[in-house]
Amino acid sequence: MSSEDTTALAADFRLPARVTIVAGKGGVGKTTVTGALAYLAAAAGRRVLVVEVEGKSGLSALFDHAEPLTYEETELWTPDRGLPGAVTARTLTPDDALLEYLEDRGMRRLSKRLTSTGTLDVIATAVPGIKDILVLGKVKQIEQRIAAGLEGAPDCIVVDAPAAGHAVTFLSSAYGLVEAASVGPIRNQAADVVSLLSDPDRCQVMLVTLPEETPVNEAVDTAFHLEDRAGVKLAPIVVNGLWPHLDLPADPTGLVGRLGLAPEEADRVVAAARFRRDRQAQQEEQVARLAEELPLPQLALPYLFTTELGLAEVRVLAAALASSLSALPGGGR
Amino acid sequence: MTALDQVVDGRRVVICAGPGGVGKTTCAAAIALEAARRGKRACVVTIDPAKRLADALGLESLTNDARQVDLGPSGSGTGPGELWALMLDTKTTFDEVVRRNAGSAEQAQAILDNKLYRNISGALGGTQEYMAMEKLYSLDSEGHYDLIVVDTPPTRHALDFLDAPKRLLRFLNNRIFRLLMAPTRASLRALGTATQMFLRTLSKVVGGAVVGDAVAFFTAFEGMEQGFRDRAALVSKLLEDPATAFVVVAAPRRDAVVEAVYFADRLRSSTGRVEALVANRMFPSFGGVPAGLAGAASATSSEGSAEGDGSAVAVLAQNLADFEGVSSREEAHLSELSERLPGTPVVRVPFLSTDVHDIEGLREIGGYLFGGEGGDGRGGER
Repeated sequence: MSSEDTTALAADFRLPARVTIVAGKGGVGKTTVTGALAYLAAAAGRRVLVVEVEGKSGLSALFDHAEPLTYEETELWTPDRGLPGAVTARTLTPDDALLEYLEDRGMRRLSKRLTSTGTLDVIATAVPGIKDILVLGKVKQIEQRIAAGLEGAPDCIVVDAPAAGHAVTFLSSAYGLVEAASVGPIRNQAADVVSLLSDPDRCQVMLVTLPEETPVNEAVDTAFHLEDRAGVKLAPIVVNGLWPHLDLPADPTGLVGRLGLAPEEADRVVAAARFRRDRQAQQEEQVARLAEELPLPQLALPYLFTTELGLAEVRVLAAALASSLSALPGGGR
Repeated sequence: MTALDQVVDGRRVVICAGPGGVGKTTCAAAIALEAARRGKRACVVTIDPAKRLADALGLESLTNDARQVDLGPSGSGTGPGELWALMLDTKTTFDEVVRRNAGSAEQAQAILDNKLYRNISGALGGTQEYMAMEKLYSLDSEGHYDLIVVDTPPTRHALDFLDAPKRLLRFLNNRIFRLLMAPTRASLRALGTATQMFLRTLSKVVGGAVVGDAVAFFTAFEGMEQGFRDRAALVSKLLEDPATAFVVVAAPRRDAVVEAVYFADRLRSSTGRVEALVANRMFPSFGGVPAGLAGAASATSSEGSAEGDGSAVAVLAQNLADFEGVSSREEAHLSELSERLPGTPVVRVPFLSTDVHDIEGLREIGGYLFGGEGGDGRGGER
């Protein structure tokens, strides 16, 4: 899979909104999907900014980049490398966002003292959700630069959100604060974030799940909570880790017998086939259940039979996303 | 005797650590169940169990007090063993701590009613970890159980669990707000210009009411910080006690392996013991493509025909190649782990065809945890 191939596949790709928030429980592959989505957008000629909210993710490793991400933007994919667009990435942790917000208001000299004395935590506890809306407020700031067509702004933003349970609070904090907080700069921030989240052209949430029982349950729960409490539009849901379908015979013993293998080898071949068929059937069952319980279009990403993911795998997954999206009625929009 | 045999027979506390999404809760419950089957009174402290597992353990809602689990007619093995379970309720546990440490019922109520206090469980990172350890300490002090197995909160990084409790202590020990507690103006002047400016700006930014709420909290809390610190010190001692074992649960993915290593290194440097590393959800090894099959597959592909046995053979071969690819990488990761953690036994649990959501499923996991790969006959695929 070359850059040219992905570029061709990406020709019609559009991200659902200016800001795409990728959410899902730990272990489902959020960071992988974030990376694939960013790569795909770059293949479609976009300059993508990826924002990591929890920090310490494996995103840079996905792009074969040795250093972990920092608060400063890192170039993960530059235009000279064969795609028409580019990918940059940075962390934006809640502590960073709160510190920056306070520093902007004249508390720069005391910012170290804020963390060492635990005062940052006191503020965050006294105003629950403040960190979340400050992170989203910062995202909104960047998004407004995009909308204004400012020089140096990216074309779109992909946010790798906190793991699922937190995703709901992360996204619904703004509503709580608008109701609870009296007039002031915090309430204004919260109100701005609410406008961002409730506009599907500006922002959508892309959930990621696995075709397994518990992840599907959690995805369904999260989806309904997000709609209820955060008022966000849900983009198509990504089902990650789908084993590519092999048309294995239901009972291979006869066939295997004709191959003249040693008995132990023959047993292994049969056992492997049975295991695969079982697994495929269960995944299909979970995919059907997800469709029934959550009426969202699904995007399918294959399991790549590997334990570590790098650039080669990102390309394959980006291509899979592109085909999956174009297969949706209306191209997923 | 396997590593986990020694843990269950010889320890009083088992803490299951590891990153999120690797099956910690299931492992913790399976270990506790096995202890019960061996005649012990065991309790598992769960944090965020999947719904069906919670139902199987009789935990339909947050049950901060342990309830006995019905193991069914064949579940309890021989002897007097019992399995108890609870699902940690962070806020309720914190309330219990407040009530226990407060100087009076009035002080306790003042804190419980305080606006800031009511936010802490949800807003302050690390509180859940702190309360999990607090709950463990309480249960251990009560002395009802032979073995307590603790699940740890699902975080992205296993290390968060060790660092998190300190955050609450630091919060409670906040100096700036404590200085504000004195009601007189004279004291405010004594704070120093920088601090005064800081507080004025803070009030402008977050509102005067917020600063007021914080002052009220620390005022109400006065005198209790020492109690918290003392308790935290006792919890640390319990974690370092030889009767406490740590079991790291990991999946053989690259990132989980890295986490497991960091965690074990960190524990070792603070006298914790990683008694076992559970490699969960391992792919079965079907041993690669046998020569006979590979030959038949390439013969049919070179003929260009996909009729009769041809396509089926190719597909059977592809299947084995797929498994071999991932299986060999998993083995490589496990070897790396073993090298980095010399002397720590690795226990493998295979990828099972369904989620574990009943006692029978927990027994199946137990078969792998305690008997090696299907070794004692209790394991085996469904």
